[in-house]
Amino acid sequence: MTFALVFEQLLNGIQLGVMLFLLAAGLTLVLGIMNMVNLAHGSLYMLGAYFAISAAQWSGSFLVGALAALAGTLVVGMLTELVALRTLYQRDHLDQVLATFGLILFFNELVAIFWGRTALFATLPAYLAGHIELFAGIRYPFYRAVVILVGLLTAIVLWYVVTRTRLGMLIRAGASNRTMVGALGVNIRLLYTVVFGFGAALAGLAGLMAGQIYTVQPGMGELILIQVFVVIVIGGIGSIRGALVGALIVGVVDTMGRAFLKPLLGAVLPPVTADTAAPALASMLIYLLMALVLALKPAGLFQARG
Amino acid sequence: MRNPFRLLAAGVAAAALSFAPASFAQQKQLKIGFITTLSGPQGVIGKHMKDSVELALQHLGGKVGGLPAEVVFGDDQFKPDVGVQVAQQMLQRDQVDIMAGIIWSNVMMATMPVVAGAGKIMVGTNAGASPLAGAQCNELYFSTSWNNDQSPEALGKHLQDTGVSDLYVLAPNYQAGKDMVAGLKRYYKGKIVEEQYTKMGQLDYQAEITALRAKNPKAVFIFYPGGMGIQFIRQYVQAGLRDQIPLYSVFTVDETTIPALKDAAIGQYEARFWTAEIDNPASKKYVADFRKKYGYTPSYYGAQSYDGIMLIDSAVKAVKGNVKDTKGMVAAMRKADYPSIRGPFKFNNNHHPIQDFYVLKAVKDPKSPEGITMNIEKKVFDDHKDAYYKDCKMKW
Repeated sequence: MTFALVFEQLLNGIQLGVMLFLLAAGLTLVLGIMNMVNLAHGSLYMLGAYFAISAAQWSGSFLVGALAALAGTLVVGMLTELVALRTLYQRDHLDQVLATFGLILFFNELVAIFWGRTALFATLPAYLAGHIELFAGIRYPFYRAVVILVGLLTAIVLWYVVTRTRLGMLIRAGASNRTMVGALGVNIRLLYTVVFGFGAALAGLAGLMAGQIYTVQPGMGELILIQVFVVIVIGGIGSIRGALVGALIVGVVDTMGRAFLKPLLGAVLPPVTADTAAPALASMLIYLLMALVLALKPAGLFQARG
Repeated sequence: MRNPFRLLAAGVAAAALSFAPASFAQQKQLKIGFITTLSGPQGVIGKHMKDSVELALQHLGGKVGGLPAEVVFGDDQFKPDVGVQVAQQMLQRDQVDIMAGIIWSNVMMATMPVVAGAGKIMVGTNAGASPLAGAQCNELYFSTSWNNDQSPEALGKHLQDTGVSDLYVLAPNYQAGKDMVAGLKRYYKGKIVEEQYTKMGQLDYQAEITALRAKNPKAVFIFYPGGMGIQFIRQYVQAGLRDQIPLYSVFTVDETTIPALKDAAIGQYEARFWTAEIDNPASKKYVADFRKKYGYTPSYYGAQSYDGIMLIDSAVKAVKGNVKDTKGMVAAMRKADYPSIRGPFKFNNNHHPIQDFYVLKAVKDPKSPEGITMNIEKKVFDDHKDAYYKDCKMKW
C-alpha cells in the first residue's frame, strides 16, 4: 500500500463525493426550504444525462450537450414544480413521498418510450479523454479531474449565491422561517419555483457529468439517490455547507472502504473471513457512518433550521 | 374448497377426465406460456427472447407440432414473487399447455414448483440454477441453455490450458458471483492474486481498477452481467488497461451489451456454448433471418428461446398433438430430436444439454449490424457435462 495508491483512491473518493454533492445540494435546498420530500430528484439527474447525450450526438459537440442538459433540466424542473409539486406543499410528507415516487415511475417510463430501455453510452470528446500526470508517477483520468474541478467550482459559486446575493438571502430566510418571508411581501411561490429549477439544474449537471462515465439508462437516478439521502442526513437538512462536507465524507469513506478494508481486515482476520466480511462491511460503511452521526448529532453536522 | 359438493364434483370430473380416451383430449390449439423480463433495464434481454420466440413461430408457419400455436408472454419484472404470480395466471386463467422462458435462477427456483404442481412441463431457456441440475432435478423440467457453472468452467479450463498465471478476479457480491468464481476454480489451478467482490449494481469501478492496476496481474476475470459489465469494461478501457492486461469474462459481453459497449468490447474474451458465428444449418438460418427481420444480431438468450420452441415443436409432433400426454412429451423431449442452434446434442439424465463450449473473442466485423462479432477463438470443451448431474436421481 503505497502513498501513490492511497492518494489516487483519495482522488477517486473526492470525485464520487463531488458528484453526490451536486445532487445533494439541489435536494437539500428543496427539502430544507420548501419542506418537501422530493424522491424524483434522481429523475432530473437521469434526464440531465439523457439530454446531454442526445444533444451531443445531434450536434457533435460536448458543450452543446452540456448546455442542453442544464437548460433542459432547469425547464423540466420548473415545469414539474408548477404542474405537480405546487399542490403538495401543504400535504404531509407521506403524500409527497407517494406523489414523487409516482413521478419517478412516470419519468422512467417516459425515458424508456423516447430513448428505449437499452443503456446508452456517451463517448468522451478527445480533449477530455486521456490521463494527466500528477506527482510521484500518479496517472489520473483527465475527465475525472475535470469533474472534481467543476464540482468544487460549483460549490464556490453556490456558496457565493447563498451567502452574498439577495436571492441567497431569501433562500436562507426561507429556510429559517418561510411564513415570515411570505408575510414580508416576498413572492414565495416564485422563489420556490426558482429554487426548484436551480436544484433541478444542479441535478442535471451531475447527470451530465455522470453520463460520461456511467451507464445512462431508465432508473439510473434511483441507484444514486439513496447515497444522496445519506449525504443530506449526515450534512444536515437544508444546509449547502453540510451537503458539501457530507458528500465528501461519504465519497471518501465509501471509496476507501472498498479499496482498503479488505487488506486491513486481512491483517487481523483469516483470509476467508476477510473475503466475506470486507465487501459486506464496505457496502454498509456509509450507513454505519450515518447511524453514528444521527446518534451524536441528530440534526446532522451542519444544522440549517432553528 | 370448503363446499363438499364442489369437492365431490371436482373429484368426479377428474376421474372422468382420466378415463377419457386419448382422442377425446386431442386439441385444436397449443398455448405456450413464456415468462421473461420485459420491463426495466433488463427488459432488453426479454426483447431478445420474445423476438426469437416470434421468429421461431414464423419459421414453423404459426404451428407448433402441427397445432396452431399461441404464445402468452408474461413479465416477471426480475422478481421471483412476480414470476410465480405470472405463472399461476398462465396456468389457471390462460390454461397454457406448456411453460417456457425465465431468465433468472431465483425466478426459476420460485416458479418451477408451481409449474410442476400443475403437472405441466417447463422448458427453461436461460436460468441455469444448480439445484435443478442436481438434487432437485425434475422430470417436468428441461433446459435449452446450460448450468450456471459451465461457462466459467470453460473459461477456467482455457486459462489453465494457456498457462495464464496471476489472475485477478472480480464479481458482484451475491450467490451467482461466488458460484461463477467456484466454477472458474474447478478448472483453473493457477495463482489468483486477488478475489474482489463488489456491491451488487455498483456504478463506478474506478477504485477497484486503481487497486487492480497496483497489483499488476497477468489477466483479469470478471462476471458482471448487464449494466455492471458495461460500466466496468468502459472504465477498464478508459483507464488504458485494454491493451495491457487481457480481460476475460462470462455472461458480460454479448449482443445485449455490445450496442452500449461499442468499441470498448473489442478484444474481450468470453466463454459460451453459442455465438452467432457458430457453423450449423439451424443456427445459420436463425441468425440470418433474425438479422433480416429485426435488424440486430441475436444473443444466446434469444438462441436458447428459439431452441426451446423448436424442442416443444418436436415433442408435440411426437405425441401427434396430444399434449395432455405428458409422459409421451417428456419421452420425446429426452431424444432432443430437432435441429438445435448448437448442432446435434444429447440431454444428460438431468435434462440439461451435454454440449460444447467455446472461448469467444469480440472483434470488428462490418457484416454485423453492431459492427462487432463474437468470433470463436477456440473450442474448450467437447460434450461438456455440468458438475451436478450425479446428484440427480432421475434415470432414463
